[in-house]
Amino acid sequence: MANEIIGAIEQAIYLIVTFNPELIEITIRSLYISLSATLIASLISIPVGGMIYYYDFHGKRTLINLIQTLYSVPTVIVGLFLFLLISQQGPLGNLNLLFTPEGMIVGQVLLILPILIGFTITALIGVSNQIKELAIALGANAYQTIITIVKEARYAIMAAVILGFGRAISEVGVAILIGGNIRGFTRVFTTTISLETSKGNIELSIALGIILLAIALIINLILNYLQGRE
Amino acid sequence: MNNRMIAIIVAIIIIVAAVGVYAFSVSNSPDTSKLRISTTTSLEDTGLLKELEAAFEKKYPGVDVQIVSGGTGIAIQYGERGDVDLMLVHDKKREEAFIKEGFGTNRTEFAYNYFWIVGPADDPAGIKGLNATSAFEKIAEEGQANPDQVKFVSRGDDSGTHSREKRIWNNSGVGYVNVTNQTWYIESGKGMGDTLILANEKNAYTLSDSGTFLAFTKNGKIQLVPLVTTGKDLLNIYAAIPVNPDKHPKTNVEGANNFVNFLVSPEGQQIIGNFGKQQYGQPLFIPVPTNPLPSLIVPLLSIPA
Repeated sequence: MANEIIGAIEQAIYLIVTFNPELIEITIRSLYISLSATLIASLISIPVGGMIYYYDFHGKRTLINLIQTLYSVPTVIVGLFLFLLISQQGPLGNLNLLFTPEGMIVGQVLLILPILIGFTITALIGVSNQIKELAIALGANAYQTIITIVKEARYAIMAAVILGFGRAISEVGVAILIGGNIRGFTRVFTTTISLETSKGNIELSIALGIILLAIALIINLILNYLQGRE
Repeated sequence: MNNRMIAIIVAIIIIVAAVGVYAFSVSNSPDTSKLRISTTTSLEDTGLLKELEAAFEKKYPGVDVQIVSGGTGIAIQYGERGDVDLMLVHDKKREEAFIKEGFGTNRTEFAYNYFWIVGPADDPAGIKGLNATSAFEKIAEEGQANPDQVKFVSRGDDSGTHSREKRIWNNSGVGYVNVTNQTWYIESGKGMGDTLILANEKNAYTLSDSGTFLAFTKNGKIQLVPLVTTGKDLLNIYAAIPVNPDKHPKTNVEGANNFVNFLVSPEGQQIIGNFGKQQYGQPLFIPVPTNPLPSLIVPLLSIPA
């Protein structure tokens, strides 16, 4: 156990300092896919979460329960569902999205949308109701009120975005089913790790895991810096 | 910004996106710049395909070979649904069914090796030197008597290797249905690598393709040894099947046929026959020199899309 961990750390350092071209390529691709997915999902979920929070409607509780249930959906099931949609025989087969990075982005958006919407709602509920009432009393319309509350809840929403990014970059179900783990085209961190493990290169797999975490750390530091600057 | 402006902008974006998607989707011609190949993990894991892909792309610079690997089951699914242009698999029964149902044009054998029955070095069931079916009978017998000593790990994932394992049980006097509920019979439900690790942990026997097994013993991850390595029951033939363009018009038939011809060409056969010599001290695959595809398929390629 200890030997393998030490070996993995050595390999991780070796891969980084030698600028291993395959590692750089995989890193850029993983970040492109998961950051795009996080961005798109955030752009959808913050307004949608805001509207669900703001408006009272029949079945609101059920809808929130449903969204929260979807937090637990296995990544492979999201991958399979999308696969059936965009496979050549599926209704959206003509889009040619299967086995492409763009298809993977769509899959990861679907995967993290429930978390982002759900946590946005929770974040907004966390803001004192007085602010909502005050905004309405001052004559704000729905749009202005939601903007005000979202601004108040920005730290909690940022936490949701970071969580969504974490789920996107660490998932393997969508990446393998929609991406297909094609070398030089759709191979990302998680699919490389699973391939190297099945090849028996355990140290290399752990090394890749360590590098993935290091990159996640850098992304989180950047996001926190941006947040703190305001 | 008033709501009306927003509504207009959103509407424009939706219309542009819809037109774009439509324009994109009406093209129904094959994309000959890409060749999609689905294959089994054993071919991909050994690294043979990486070499074949590099040599092929050198020969046909305009084609990007994209290899999708999974178990034989999902590899065939991709072919049936028209998501790939060519399949490289090793499950003759299912391959023949695939062609019979019209999904594939033809089947070309390009390489073979043997499945190996591997197990603990002290061989508690005493199968060394037996043939495959007798070895399985012996494992079942000893496993029944001594479930703590003698165990068998199965892939249990409907892969080509698992299909073969079932067939050997059925060809032996034991029968597959009689082993699945036994305490000495463990299903991993995973790929070959994970299954080997599990068998190693449990000191158990398992059926493995030789390539993955050699890769694992070489880096010292497992201490199991090969015990039964030849015989008709263990013969493992890899075949290439282009997807039928009559079923899926967008199939890149030209690329698929070029790749098959390359596999059986002297150049391709040499790569296959030499692969692994350097890394493992012995070749992992034995090439099958076959004639190139019959020329009657070739004219299909020149039909304009």
